[in-house]
Amino acid sequence: MGGYAIYVWPAYAVFFVVLAWDWFAPGLRRRRLTRELRGKLARERTRNTRTPRAEVST
Amino acid sequence: MSRSYLPHWIHWLGSPPNFYRFAGALRPWLMAIALISAVVGLYGGLVLAPPDYQQGDAYRIIFIHVPSAWMSLFIYATMAVAGLVALVWRVKLAEVIAMECAPIGAAFTLVTLVTGSLWGKPMWGTWWTWDARLTSELVLLFLYLGVIGLYNAFEDHRRGARAASLLALVGIVNLPIVHYSVQWWNTLHQGTTVNFLDPARSSIAPSMLWPLLVMALATHLYFFASLLGRARTSLLSLESGKQWVRALVGGQPASTTGAPT
Repeated sequence: MGGYAIYVWPAYAVFFVVLAWDWFAPGLRRRRLTRELRGKLARERTRNTRTPRAEVST
Repeated sequence: MSRSYLPHWIHWLGSPPNFYRFAGALRPWLMAIALISAVVGLYGGLVLAPPDYQQGDAYRIIFIHVPSAWMSLFIYATMAVAGLVALVWRVKLAEVIAMECAPIGAAFTLVTLVTGSLWGKPMWGTWWTWDARLTSELVLLFLYLGVIGLYNAFEDHRRGARAASLLALVGIVNLPIVHYSVQWWNTLHQGTTVNFLDPARSSIAPSMLWPLLVMALATHLYFFASLLGRARTSLLSLESGKQWVRALVGGQPASTTGAPT
């Protein structure tokens, strides 16, 4: 790199690190979201089976 | 129907579950072509292209710096157009697209500034200078961060998206300033080297130009792939109460399994 390696390679590293963050961060968010939604659905299901609606309203 | 003049497929694609499936199918292909073009472009730029007669090998930062800079402007324009659609027609998908553009645009703007700094140090002798091109690009980063911050400041995501879309539209005045700054002001930043309207006036050798254009293609494809992925996640979150998301996440709709028999 003709003496410029100290500037060129960090530039390429920044490019790939920042874009890797951009690519993988939404995946983490998505996994967390799916887990929360699954939990919510499971809780709704058990609540519905334990207490039928007619009893709750009276 | 107030929007009946639009083609049928736009209506179809504007529906979140349809868009979710379409984006999920398209995304891996875009990313695959992006990665292949990046490998080809980087091989051309780092291996095949000769050193510059003035800048030596330091100029090789151009193959990521210039495509990133183009993306920082292109993504902003995309965000502003989606934001306009979101404000005028209140299309939920347009809000999602506009808001998910912002983090990708901020990422490319940050890359532009940092790689430019790493190029400026050996060429100009300074990491940073307050000249028109650098300052307006920094303002672009702040605009992206402002859009992200405003969007997240609202409890109601749809209201937040509309407020942030308005900011995105106002900030569009900065785009011509970034682009023409090297002509309007006497800047330390070098002038335009690639002239698309008049290729004969481009002051760059073909052996350096083609890797640059291939890298530009790669970053565009990457942007669309990333945007589709982010929009899908955002739709899951915004539509979490809807039946299609419940069916997708829970495997089965809650109403059929929950009722005691």
